[in-house]
This record gives sequence, structure tokens and C-alpha cells, in this order.
Amino acid sequence: MSARETILAGIMANQPLSQKLPVVRVNEMIQYEDLVSQFKIILEAIGGACLEVKDHEELDTILQELIKEKQVVLNAINPSQTLVRQLQTDSLESLASIDMAIINGSLAVAESGAVWVSEEQMILRILPFITEQLVLVVDRKNMVSNMGQAYQQIDFSEIGFGAFIAGPSKTADIEQSLVIGAHGPKKSMVILVG
Amino acid sequence: MSSQANFTHAEAAEQFIADEPRTDWHDDTLWFVREKRDKAAHSLPEWEQLRQWASDIKYHGLSNMHQLLVDFEKNAIANGIQVHWAVDGKEHNEIIYKIIQDNQVQRIVKSKSMLTEECHLNEFLTEKGVEIVDTDLGERIVQFRKETPSHIVLPAIHLKKQDVSETFHEHLGTEKGNNDPQYLTEAARGHLRDKFIASELAITGVNFAVAETGGFVVCTNEGNADMGAHAAKIHIACMGFEKIIPKAEHLGVFLRLLARSATGQPITTYSSHFSKPRAGQQMHIVIVDNGRSRQLGRESFRNSLKCIRCAACFNTCPVYRRSGGHSYHTAVAGPIGSILNPNLDMQANKDLPFASTLCGSCSNVCPVKINIHEQLYLWRQEITKEGMAAKGKTFAMWGMSEVLAHPAIYRMAGKMGRWVVKHLPFLTNNGMNPWFKQREMPEAPKESFRDWYLNNKQK
Ligand code: SF4
Repeated sequence: MSARETILAGIMANQPLSQKLPVVRVNEMIQYEDLVSQFKIILEAIGGACLEVKDHEELDTILQELIKEKQVVLNAINPSQTLVRQLQTDSLESLASIDMAIINGSLAVAESGAVWVSEEQMILRILPFITEQLVLVVDRKNMVSNMGQAYQQIDFSEIGFGAFIAGPSKTADIEQSLVIGAHGPKKSMVILVG
Repeated sequence: MSSQANFTHAEAAEQFIADEPRTDWHDDTLWFVREKRDKAAHSLPEWEQLRQWASDIKYHGLSNMHQLLVDFEKNAIANGIQVHWAVDGKEHNEIIYKIIQDNQVQRIVKSKSMLTEECHLNEFLTEKGVEIVDTDLGERIVQFRKETPSHIVLPAIHLKKQDVSETFHEHLGTEKGNNDPQYLTEAARGHLRDKFIASELAITGVNFAVAETGGFVVCTNEGNADMGAHAAKIHIACMGFEKIIPKAEHLGVFLRLLARSATGQPITTYSSHFSKPRAGQQMHIVIVDNGRSRQLGRESFRNSLKCIRCAACFNTCPVYRRSGGHSYHTAVAGPIGSILNPNLDMQANKDLPFASTLCGSCSNVCPVKINIHEQLYLWRQEITKEGMAAKGKTFAMWGMSEVLAHPAIYRMAGKMGRWVVKHLPFLTNNGMNPWFKQREMPEAPKESFRDWYLNNKQK
């Protein structure tokens, strides 16, 4: 018997009588009246930053401000603000030099400060992780209270890769002292538009 | 795979507590993590409901495991993932070695996976002359020191910053005596970035595998699993089969529980959902049994397979906090490890179910509602029945099972116990009661909760 057959046969022989799947009632999960302030409080508590802008014009001005004094910036939202056009996206060394990546996120979750980013939005899967600073731009309309609602909005049949990203990378592996900036970005900002 | 340790939990714990300030630090630090967990749990009014859903979803999964695995495999293959099956740790290691050889790669990075620890993958590959770089900061620290993780979420919790500083001075050339965690983390970041950029193959664990989508989720705070998986041209994800959940929507329950239970965070920084390899990448999944199907057949213990490895039961456990993870001489320590490991090898791990006060705190915090302390008690009975328990334990056990079987005696014994601790402390502080070592017995309460309740109810 192959390992597969052995394992599956063992499981078949040993699994208990089937028990029904519970119905998860998302409407019983926590709801926030003010999604933006809840999101902000949580994101700031986990080391991230949150800005609100009223429209894309204001967004452009803010982004212009943010990229000042940066050497290498990839701006997926307004490519004219990308500082290095000839970034070799097939070279990890080259990608590792990115100071700031500005990309879209599709969904912001108030309870956790997390933003869902799909593969297309990332441009490259490694980009939101390898960049020194990450800016995620989310439409204010696309906010939900909790993770239960978030999963109702994601269609996995289309997705090769996607991630919830909540704040900058961090570790507390040395004596439980929190250090921001483990392997991923040292700074992480979410800009809510609208 | 299981190697016989040449010490018992009690013997190792005795050494651990000999350094009192360090023991106190370990104890307080983990209790602090437990308190953060409480705060996070209390912030959600639906917390208990979430635990119940999680427990029920997992039980549904265990009772439909065959079908869910078949579905998962089919969907994963349709997504372009190569699926492998391993009966035990040895097969798991050989599958990975074969992928390494077939692709002739040398530079390998690995993010945290307790399964690869359970299978002793690092030792196996080192013997074959293959070097593997652990990229989780805590794991890298213990790897440099030729130790193993002492905690499944906080691998280097047994170490102080001076220890890390010395280790990094030796291996990374950091300044001698610079104990600043920020400085030390920066040094590791630089060192590991080079490893990521050069890596050809990345190994990760799996937190949840979704039958419906054929995809899997990996959660980290550091971003190391992603750096590895998206940089390397080959990604191997290793999972025990119990990681399967039926649908993606169930992640909305589990991800709400996992980080809150583990560290008190609302969610880990990264919750990465892998469904398909990126263009030009090979993606493999190794599904491992290693005793799990046997545990599935043990009615008393099958619920232990619901575990999502959050370590809340470690942080709350008075024995774990004051004996350290290495005392458990197994990859997964703590209360849950003491249920899982006797299944892998009862003889080698017969001491572990006794490394507990049976206070039940573990069961109270467990996000998937595993009856951990009851299972510990049941293992004691199995082990005693097999004639494997240490002499002092059998003695105490005999008392316990009698007492627990008869509620009236239980109440009487409690009264007597309180009386004994108070009036004849030498009886509890004797050679047959190893709990007294390095410890003052607590002052006995004047009345039990039950007596107090009855007295006060009448008032
Ligand atoms: S047994 Fe429960 S509390 Fe312990 S690690 Fe597993 S899920 Fe967490």
C-alpha cells in the first residue's frame, strides 16, 4: 500500500461518526458603529499608522510628501510617482533595495487592523514583505467590522495568493521585548480614501 | 519518531528551578502573555461562542477527515500543487530530501513548523550534509546554540538577552556585551535577508489547510515564511493532516481565535493564503500522519487533534511556567504535548501526563475547547495500567482515582487535605511528594469553595 492509502485507510477505520458542521452566524460577531476609529485604534496599537484622505487628489499630495527623500519607490497607484522605473523585478537584490511600496488593498477589518491584499494588488508576491516601508491604500467604503464579514467578501476561486496584513513586521523573541521590523517592513501605513 | 530522553520531566524541572531568579522571570513573563490573552478574549463578547464553533468545526473535521483530505488533495492538485503523503516522520524527511536532491539545491530556509521539529528534520538533513537555515528569530537563536525550541510560539523564551547577545557575538560578530534587543534583531535581520535572497528552497509549516479551496494559510509576525516562500523557486509546506478545515469561511473563526489566544494580538501581522504556485515556482505539500490516525481512534484522546498550536495552555500552566519547555524532552511541550507525546511513544513519555497539577486552567483557555486536564488524567490511568508509572505516582494515583470516583470521599478528602496541609505539613513535604521540592507549600485555605458557597448561600 502506498503511504496515501495507508493513511487514508487508517483514518477511515478510526474516524468517529460524522458530526454536523455548525452554522457560523457572522451576524453574532462584534459590530462597530465607527469603523474608522476602531480600525485606527487597533492599527496604532500594533505599530501601524492610519491616515484619512477625502479623494484621490489629496491622496496624490500625501503620497508625494511620503516619498520625499526616498531613493527607490514603487507606486502602483500613481506610477508617475514611481522613483525607479528600471527596477529589476526579477532580481531579489534589486527588490531588496526598495524603500517604499505603495499598493492597493481591497478590504480593511476594524477589529484587527488588517487589510486584505490580493496577488494582483501586490504586483509581485514578495513586494509587501521585502519593502522597507509599506503603504496600503484602501477605499473607505470597503471596511468591515470583523473577520467573519471579511471572508464573506473574498472569492477564493480566483486567488493564487493573498494575505491579511496588519501593521509592520515584528518580533518579541528576545526576552519578550517588542521590536518593530523583523524580516518585513519596518513601517506600515494604511491610507483610507473617501 | 521519538527518541528516549535520558531524564524525566521531574529531574529536568529540578535543574530548571535551581536558578530561582530565572525561574521567576520565566514564570512572570509567560503569565504576562496569559494576561494579554485574557484582555484580548474579553474584548469580544462572542468569545465563548467562537470557541464552541471552533471546537465543533474541528470535530466535524475529525469525523469527516477521510473525505476532507481527499477533497483537499484534489483541489490542491487542480491548483498546481504537488501533494505528498508521509506515514511517519522518517517518510516526511525522505520526501523533502528527495525534492532537494531532484532539484539539486543547496540553499534552504525554513520558517517555523512544529511538525518538522516533531519529525527531527534538521538532524536528518544535517546528517545528509544539507544545511537548513531557520528564519524565525527565536528559532535561529536556538539553532545557533544547537538547542531546540522550548515553546511552540516563543521558541527562545528560556533565554535572556545576555544569552542571545553572546550567541550573536559568536555567530554574527555583534558587539560583545551589547544586549539591546533592537540592535540584536537588526543584526539578525541583515543576516537572514542575505539568506532569503540567496535561497533556492523554502520550507514552511501550515496553520490551516482548506479542503474546499485546496489552499493553505501560514501565520507569522515576522514575515519570514513569506520572505522564504516568495523568494525561493521551490516551496514545501508541511502539515499534520489534522490542520484541515472544511471551508475558507471557517478561517473567520480560527484566525479570530489564534493570535488572541497566543499572544493577545488581534491577528498575526501576516496571514498568508497560498492557493497556487507563482509562475515558474514549484509548490509541494507534505501531509503527515505520524501517529495521528492512531490518536483519532482513541476515543478519550482524539480531541487533542483539534489543537491549533496557540500555546495558551503553555502560558497558563503553573507547571510549564516553572519547569521550562526543555523539561518535557519533546518537540511539543506543555499540557498539549503531554497528551500528544504518549500517543507517539508511551514508554518514552510516560512521565509527561504527571507533569501537571490537573488544575484545569489549560482547558479553560483552550480556543478549541480541548479537555486537556481530563485527558492528562486519563493518560495517567493508561500508564499506570501498563505498569509504567513511577512508584510515588502510582501511590498518589491510587488515591486520586478512588477519590475522584466517589464525590463524597472527594469532599471529605479535600477537607482532610486542607487539614493535613495546615496541621501536619511534614506529610505533604515528604519524599513521596515531589511537588514540595524547591517550593513552600501554600497556606491552606480555611474552607473550600464548595463549603464557602454553601455557607454563604444560607446567609
Ligand atoms: S491545546 Fe488548545 S490551548 Fe493548547 S496549544 Fe492547542 S489549541 Fe492552544
